[in-house]
This record gives sequence, structure tokens and C-alpha cells, in this order.
Amino acid sequence: MERPLVELVGATVYFGADAALDGVDFQLFPGEVHSLMGENGAGKSTLIKALTGALQLSSGEIRLDGAPVRFHSPHDAQLAGIRAVYQEIDLLPNLSVAENIALGSESRRFGLIDRAEMRVRAHAVLADLGLDIDPASLLGRHSIAVQQLVAIARAISTDVRVLVLDEPTSSLDQAECTELFRVVRDLKARGVAIIFISHFLDQVYEICDRVTVLRDGKLVGEYLTRELLRIDLVHAMLGRSADKLRTRSRLHVVDGRREPYLSARSVSVGSGIAEADVDMVEGEVLGVAGLLGSGRTELARAITGIDRLDAGIIRVQGAKEGIGGPRTAISLGVVYSSENRRAEGIIGDLSVGENITLALQAERGILHRIRPSRQRELALSWMEALDIRPRDLDRPAGTLSGGNQQKVLLARLLALSPRALVLDEPTRGIDVGAKVEVQNLVGELADNGLSVMFISAELEEVLRVGNRVAIVQGGRIVDTLPSDELTPDVLTALVAQPESER
Amino acid sequence: MTSVPIADRRARVSAYTQTFMSRHSSMVPTFAAVVIFVLILIGAQIHFGEFVTPRTLSALLLDNAYLLILAVGMTFVIVTGGIDLSVGSVMAFTGISCASLLAHGYSAAVVVPAIILGGALIGLLIGVLVQYFDVQPFIASLAGLFLARGLAFVVSLKSIRVEDESVLWLQTTRYRFGEWYITPTGILAIAVAVVGALVMRYTRFGRTVYAVGGSEQSGRLMGLAVARTKVLVYVISGVCGGVAGLVLTAYSGAGYPRNGIGTELDVIAAVVIGGTLLTGGTGYVLGSVVGVLVYGTIKTVISYMGAEQAWTRIIVGLMLLMFIVVQRVIVVRAERRR
Repeated sequence: MERPLVELVGATVYFGADAALDGVDFQLFPGEVHSLMGENGAGKSTLIKALTGALQLSSGEIRLDGAPVRFHSPHDAQLAGIRAVYQEIDLLPNLSVAENIALGSESRRFGLIDRAEMRVRAHAVLADLGLDIDPASLLGRHSIAVQQLVAIARAISTDVRVLVLDEPTSSLDQAECTELFRVVRDLKARGVAIIFISHFLDQVYEICDRVTVLRDGKLVGEYLTRELLRIDLVHAMLGRSADKLRTRSRLHVVDGRREPYLSARSVSVGSGIAEADVDMVEGEVLGVAGLLGSGRTELARAITGIDRLDAGIIRVQGAKEGIGGPRTAISLGVVYSSENRRAEGIIGDLSVGENITLALQAERGILHRIRPSRQRELALSWMEALDIRPRDLDRPAGTLSGGNQQKVLLARLLALSPRALVLDEPTRGIDVGAKVEVQNLVGELADNGLSVMFISAELEEVLRVGNRVAIVQGGRIVDTLPSDELTPDVLTALVAQPESER
Repeated sequence: MTSVPIADRRARVSAYTQTFMSRHSSMVPTFAAVVIFVLILIGAQIHFGEFVTPRTLSALLLDNAYLLILAVGMTFVIVTGGIDLSVGSVMAFTGISCASLLAHGYSAAVVVPAIILGGALIGLLIGVLVQYFDVQPFIASLAGLFLARGLAFVVSLKSIRVEDESVLWLQTTRYRFGEWYITPTGILAIAVAVVGALVMRYTRFGRTVYAVGGSEQSGRLMGLAVARTKVLVYVISGVCGGVAGLVLTAYSGAGYPRNGIGTELDVIAAVVIGGTLLTGGTGYVLGSVVGVLVYGTIKTVISYMGAEQAWTRIIVGLMLLMFIVVQRVIVVRAERRR
């Protein structure tokens, strides 16, 4: 085989103590479309950032044409012909379309920008993409889809050798996707190497030659798309961890006649989740299985009052409730733990103790201050109950390991004495031991009468923890089945099934 | 029969308006400032009978030359999303230094570059604090404000008269065109504005200033020199402070350490009235010029009326409020469109 254009050898990136990328090898050949697959936090973005100079490798090296290179900034990588189009559009809405395409490589005369020339060039590149817009118009006045295409136009307007497309299709409609794929094939024919990241499996199979799968920052494998069965790909992405779990007795069979604590009917929010029906029953764990972008998080946010419902009703203990926001939800005993632990959960600069009592204090209001001694007592009891280590209430929560941070979050929610607990990926990015602990804890909570919704990208985990499993796909709950009727293979097949075959 | 061409013309006008709006919607506040400027002139002309004369308009530029120069520098800073509170003090410091050095017998050829360099250094200090020490521009330039004011008092506690011919020449020379006249300080102010406008529009540095205000992160990913730009805008503002110090010294014929107290706020007001968004990313040097003219005209009108100058502040304050609300409305509408 010919020599790879770009090669990553033993690429490792640390964020604090956690390895976001761990000894990954990756090869990219000229004229191929290569997909990078993996769940949230698998290390795709980290790999891309390392490759485009936005991040530095902690160890390992990048080779370009066989020679080791170091990119200290995105600019270095761009000079080497490596261009990226990110999922969040990294353009400037306050400048013109032409400037967004050309800035940084604009033609200048006597040090002054030749704006006419810039517009002509931009127009040519846009025409190449089949986009007929005024290059002098402000970028911010165009739709997100057009802005996305402008970002691609920017990337290909210079001498590009490697083009990274990170979720480029998430905001495009069918026709725009087709147009984009035409451009991708065109670039491929010109010998450009393309890294294509998308959570739409159909698109990956349509456009990609090879697939590299990452999981938890590690390389799972590299496959030829045409030789890889869809179900095997999903297996590779989601993994089949063999960690030991104290098997939870499934004797606790849910009585069919029991009223659910929370029941949602025809819940819709934007384009994220549509007409979802969910019942959260006391003493039961409802697992939610679905791929990235399937609507699993949107579902959780909808029923906990984080996102406003466009349609549908939510009943708590049979009474119709308008859950207007998280505060109302909490007062009804419905609490949510975000998948984004760092940004929407732990407050890193506050101590562990403060993090635990934060929500309770907020719930009681400023006039009912919890005495410091009582606060410590409370936090300490949760710390012991959940085995949070190290046993130091005054330590900044940000310095804890991922697993312990997750437990602190759980403690914060449990301190509110909730009745329904919605956990969005509580085990993501934490080590195996801590995973098992969190799983066991969820089981115990359900045994104590809580209703729990457990969302995870790891299907085996969903099966093990959940009494029932709701399968989410394309923003809809396509089925809800008792977990004893499912095996990991069956569940994988259900989750991976293309929508068209349903 | 005749209705067809009219409809056609209407369609063409509306298409033209659409193209214009899609390209230059961010200029709308600046146009509003121009309209207000014209309205004030018309109103004053009607009220006083003799307001819009070559003499008043010439004096308008003369009296506000230092403000204009400061506003040009401030525009660079505000478009990046920053703010520079030090400009009034920098102007006082460079002004008193200028007068003091000249009094000590140094030649103007040495003094002028020296004070401009002084302004640039204070700007550099603020820029470095903002960029490399991650200090809020408000705080960093507040430090610059105190520093420059303190230095001004160190140079002299009292006013120092300027005897130097070449500095006084800047103010006393009048190039006359009939009833119109312009002084070298006026020419200097116009030159600063023109150079500023060209740099903002036609250089990569200028476009990077807008990029930083739009999204610093995106600018960096585009490979633009974000860090350098963020430092440089404060240096430019400092240089403008130095030039304004020179102009003000020539204008008043003396250096005075208490000059320009609160001027930074007048400058910011003029820049905002001229259509520059305080959140950064949008604004024009020429808009700031209009803003200064509006400000100066209001001042003149108040003194024509013989009213308290406090009214200038009140009116400018009200206008500022109105402009900020209008800008918010425009921004919110733009966001809703996305």
C-alpha cells in the first residue's frame, strides 16, 4: 500500500489526570474518505484537535509524508494543508461571507486587502459548492446550513491536503447533504484526504472508505467500510465491557397495575425529541438506549423541565403538572444529572461539601440557611454513604477523579430527597471500578423506592441496570421492552437498525 | 400602462435595499447618527437663524480635534470588545509632559515623538495586562488611568505655559478658504481618522480587529494573529492619547495635569453614538467621527442657548441610552434570525 499522508503514532493527550486519548495509532491516505467513529468522549474531537494543532500531544507523534511534525497552532497545521470544519461553526458572523472565506490568505496589494479580488475568489469557491449567495453579504444573515457550507468553502479555498469534517451534516437537509457529498467525492478525486465524522451511520456507509473506531480514548480498530457490518460497527463503538457487577436480583418484578410516579405523553421539544411516551415507575430503573444524537439527552431534559416542551403533557403522581423549569421539577421530586459533568454539574472551585449541599440550600432558599455544622454533617453522611474519596469535605471538587465527581453530583441530587432521578450518562469517562459502583448504587436506589431513568451509551450497562429499556432513535422512542427479554446483541441490533428498515 | 414601470422600479428599489441590508446592516446605527447630526443642525439653524455657518462648523472641528483623535483610537479598542478608560489621563500626562519638556528647552522634534511613545507605552502595558494576564479591559485600563494621572501630577502640579513656536503653530495657523478655515490640528485629526478608517477596512490587522470582536476563538482558529491584535489596539489607543495630548496642549497653549478628567467617558459616548457596538465586532471609525460631531454640536447648541453645560451631559446621556437600546434591539433581532 502507498505511504500514508498523515499518520498518528501512539497519540496520547492528558486532561489533568484523565487520558482523553490514549496511545492511538491512526493513518490517513491521500484520496480516501476516512470516518472516525465513537461515542461522546471517545476521543474523536481530541484526535482532531491534536491533528489540527488546536491541542498538543502529551506523547506520541504526528507524521506528515512520513516525517515527524509538530503543530503549535491551528495556523501551523493550515500551512501544512490541514483544514478543519468544526461542528460549531467557527466563523465570524460580523464579517462578510467573502472575508470569512479568504481572511488569513487574502490577496493584498501594497499591504491593503483587495476586496474586489476577494469577492471574486469567494464567488468562485462558493459556485464550486453550488452555493449562489452574495459574497459581500454579512455571514450572520445566512442560515446555519449556509454558514456550514461557507465554512467548508473556506477550508477548500486554499491548497488543502487533509480536510476534517466534524459533524458537517448535522444542520443540513437532504439536498444540501447530497451537494456536500458531491463536493467530498470531487475533493477525493483530487487526492485530498478527508476525515469525516458523523453520527449518521447511513452517511458513513454512503461516503466513507474506511472507519477508525475509538472508545474511551483508545483505538478499537480500523476497518474497511464495505467489509464492516453495521451491527459490528455499533458493537465496536459501544463496546462490551466485561466488568464485574454484583448481579442485581430481578426478582423485584414491577407490578403492572402500579401507577407510575411520572408519566409523560406525546412530549416533543424542537427537533430533538418527538411524541415521546415515558413512564417512570417507583422502584424501577428505566434504561434508555440510543446512539449519539438519537434524542436520549433531549428526552431527559424534556421531562425534567430543563427544556420547554413544545407539545405533550407530563403527569406527576397522576396530576397534570406544568414543569416550567428545573426548580418546579425539583419541587416535584424530579431531578436531573447532566451528561456534561464539568460544565453543567460540578462547580470545580467550590469544595466537595459545598457542592453536595448546593442544591438543597438553593431549594430551601436564602432565608432558611443550613447551619454550617449541619451542612458538614449532611455532606459527610453522603460522603460516607456513597464512598466518595478522598474523605475531605474542603477539597475543591474539581480535583476529584471523574467517578468521585459523579458521586458528588449524585449526593447533591439525593440530598434533595427526590422521587424520580434522571441520570444522563452518569458513567461516562469514569474508570471501570467507579462505573460498577455507580451502577450498583442506582440499583440500590431503585430498591429503596426511587424511580430512576438511566441513560448510557453502553448498551450492556443499560441492560444490566435497567428493568425496562426504552430504545430511542431519530428523536423517537421506538420501543420499550423489559430487559429480561433482551440480550446485548438484540439490543445492539435494535439500536443500530436503520430507520428505513423499520 | 404606466403602472408597470413603477412596479418594476419599486421591485428594483426593494431588491437594492435588500442587497444593501444584507451587506451593511451593521451601518444602520451610524446612519442614524448622521441623520441625528443633520437634524440637530437643521433645528439649530431654524432656532438661532444663524447657526450653520462656515465659522461654527470650522470651529466645531477645531474645538473637538482632540476628542476626534481619541475616538478613533477608542473605536479600535471597542470593536475588539474591549474598553480603554485611560485615554483622558494619557492625554493629560502626554500634554503636561510636552509642556514641561519644552519648558526645559528640548526641541519639539524630540518632544513630540517622546510623548507619543509615552502614550504608546501605557497602551502597551494595558494591552499586555489584557492579553497575557487575562485582566478585564475595564480594570486594566482603570489601572492605566490612575497611572497616567499620577504621572501627570508627578511631572507638574501646576499648569505650564507653552512658548515653543512650532507647537503653537499647530493651533494658530489658519488655512482659509473663504469663510472656512482649518488649523494644522484639524488636519491632524482628519488624517488620524482617515488612516484609522483605511486600516480598519483594508488591512488584515483591521479585519482581525473585527474578528476578535466577533469571536476571538474563531479568529484564532482561522489563523489570525489574535494576541498581537489585542495588544496593538491598546497601543493604538495610547498613541492616539499622545497625539491628542499634543493637540490639546497646542489648543490651550499650556499643559495642565487636570486636563481630560472624564474625557474617556465623552469619548466612549461619542463612539457609541457613532454606531459602534460596546459588545464588539461592529463599528466604524467614520461613525465615531460623526459621533464626535454630534457631541460637539450639542455642546455648541447649549452654549448658544446660554444654558448650563450640564445640559450637554444630560442630552448626551439620553442619546446614549437611546442608542444602546436601539443597538440591543438590532442585536436581538439578528440573533433571532439565526
